[in-house]
Amino acid sequence: MTEEILSAPGFRVHGTPNILEAPPKAISASAIPLRTSPRPEILRLEEITLSFSGVIALKDVSLDIRRGEIRSIIGPNGAGKSSLINLISGIYRPSRGRIYLNGRKFRRVPTHRLARLGVARTFQNLALFGGLSVLDNIKLARGIHRRATLVEELSGLGRARREEADALARAGSLIDFLGLGSVRDRLAGSLPYGMQKRVELARALAAEPAMLLLDEPMAGMTPADKQTMAESIRTIRAEFGTAVVLIEHDIGMVMELSDRIAVLDYGRKIADGTPAEIRTDPRVIEAYTGVVHEESEPEDLR
Amino acid sequence: MSAPSLSKSNLPRWLAPLILLGIAYGVVPFAGGSYLFEAILTPFLILSLAGVGLNLLTGYAGQLSLGSAAFMAVGAFGAFNFNLRIQGLPIPVSIVLAGVSAALLGVAFGLPSLRLKGFYLAISTLAAQFFVQWVLTKFGWFSNNSPSGVIDAPALQVLGIHFDGPVGRYLFALTVVVVLTALVARLVKTRTGHQFIAVRDHELAARVIGVPVFRTKLLAAAISSFIIGVAGALWAFAYLRTVEVAGFNLDRSFQIVFLIIIGGLASIRGAFFGAALIVVFPLLLSRLGAFLLGGVFNSGVLEMSQHIFLGALIIAFLIAEPKGLVALWDRLTARAAALFLSQTRKANTDIVP
Repeated sequence: MTEEILSAPGFRVHGTPNILEAPPKAISASAIPLRTSPRPEILRLEEITLSFSGVIALKDVSLDIRRGEIRSIIGPNGAGKSSLINLISGIYRPSRGRIYLNGRKFRRVPTHRLARLGVARTFQNLALFGGLSVLDNIKLARGIHRRATLVEELSGLGRARREEADALARAGSLIDFLGLGSVRDRLAGSLPYGMQKRVELARALAAEPAMLLLDEPMAGMTPADKQTMAESIRTIRAEFGTAVVLIEHDIGMVMELSDRIAVLDYGRKIADGTPAEIRTDPRVIEAYTGVVHEESEPEDLR
Repeated sequence: MSAPSLSKSNLPRWLAPLILLGIAYGVVPFAGGSYLFEAILTPFLILSLAGVGLNLLTGYAGQLSLGSAAFMAVGAFGAFNFNLRIQGLPIPVSIVLAGVSAALLGVAFGLPSLRLKGFYLAISTLAAQFFVQWVLTKFGWFSNNSPSGVIDAPALQVLGIHFDGPVGRYLFALTVVVVLTALVARLVKTRTGHQFIAVRDHELAARVIGVPVFRTKLLAAAISSFIIGVAGALWAFAYLRTVEVAGFNLDRSFQIVFLIIIGGLASIRGAFFGAALIVVFPLLLSRLGAFLLGGVFNSGVLEMSQHIFLGALIIAFLIAEPKGLVALWDRLTARAAALFLSQTRKANTDIVP
């Protein structure tokens, strides 16, 4: 499956019918990294060590993310999964190691440029702008494609109007895609939990990222909601060729969705491979049986 | 922000402000005596404007400031000095330049917001308060070396039109307040306004989606300080006509903070509701006190009871109605509208059997 996607040039962003059809200008902007860098990896971590005043959260972790793959990171609680996501989004700075994003080397990923670098993320705990409507939350993430000055915005003419129309069109199609039409104008903070998770996903997608980091997107969801979310993740990858980095405790879901899985334990990567390889890896089984956690019973792995 | 049942009615949103404007320009100037304008309407308008300015920074962008009076002072003394020292400078230009001076100071004291948050940032804005008061008192140049430190405002005159007398000054203040409030009302609906809210609600998420957090905070500080500075200039030119530094002390800063809390944070109407209460409340209290207690209720007791009542009111609002008078108003009008609709419906069914 991975091969198939990797061999498709441009990952079907161009040309193919697209349920989230955005204006052509916006597509070409997002497709720049896809066109200019032919290398398969979008992200590579090399021997990353992360420690907080002596406590080691990650130790010599190397990891690569390829374009358009669904890549899960699993491991018991405290294994360093969220630390890894925070490191990729520049919230933490590694103590040692290198980060290559789109082939560019970073000591620390600049968080304020993350969206422009084609990376979007969601948070483990909800991180919406509660005082803005669902629509405005999503539109705001379109901001990196906007150039109008404050005066132009106040007048609402010319460039400001075009950009507003673009943001509105993009947000509108994402609202339809994620089934948020009925709450479009509600304040995001007033929505039920599962709905807010979906708004966060829509907001992350608004900038048309090449890589999407999802930190426990299904935590606390009902099985039905989980299925919907899994379906959304598949569609996102299929339609945009977006690489998805998934942290998730529901092992069944991870096995079902992922192209490749990395397993962390005590800050070290103990396994990396396809779901089939991971399922039979003795070190993984040991990690999960040795340290029994609530959501990761060993039978989940079988 | 308006009550759902009202917005569903077929009245357009701009109708209510338009009617208010019509009354403010067409009816009020012919209605009251000079007391109404000098003691109630003009200070109400100017405090509302200061509230709108602070609400932009505190309510929308989430940066608490305890230095509003300092920016008012910069506006007042700035307008005075620009007017005094640049011959033939039109009054509106002096006021705009005064606002720009306040904005620059606002940016300077907004710089700590890069590192400081919440309570700590609020404390750093206190520095602005004391610094400005000190500078304006220490250097006589700012008050043109007036021995008392009190300055007199020039006559208000724009393009040959004189804004004399209580009504003229009211109209002058009204016009400035209307223009700036309209701009702010527009601003909070634009992307920039949404960025303010995003930074307030979740700074990290805002940064991750590419909102330039620091620039957004500084912009909020600049625009907010500009508006508060203009309010200060109006305070000097259209309300008091004489200005001294002591009028822009910490009490004034707190007054504006209280005003937006009582009126409603992150609401433009809230500033007007809060200012109305802050201005009218002491007058009502003194009437009521004199009526109930007679001579015992002297000015000292009045001032004390004002503080007590206002303090109690703020606590009551924070607990019972954190969204302020605006939320209260919306709920009441929504209920009234629902009642009215059901009555007319009943009346209609009665008529048409």
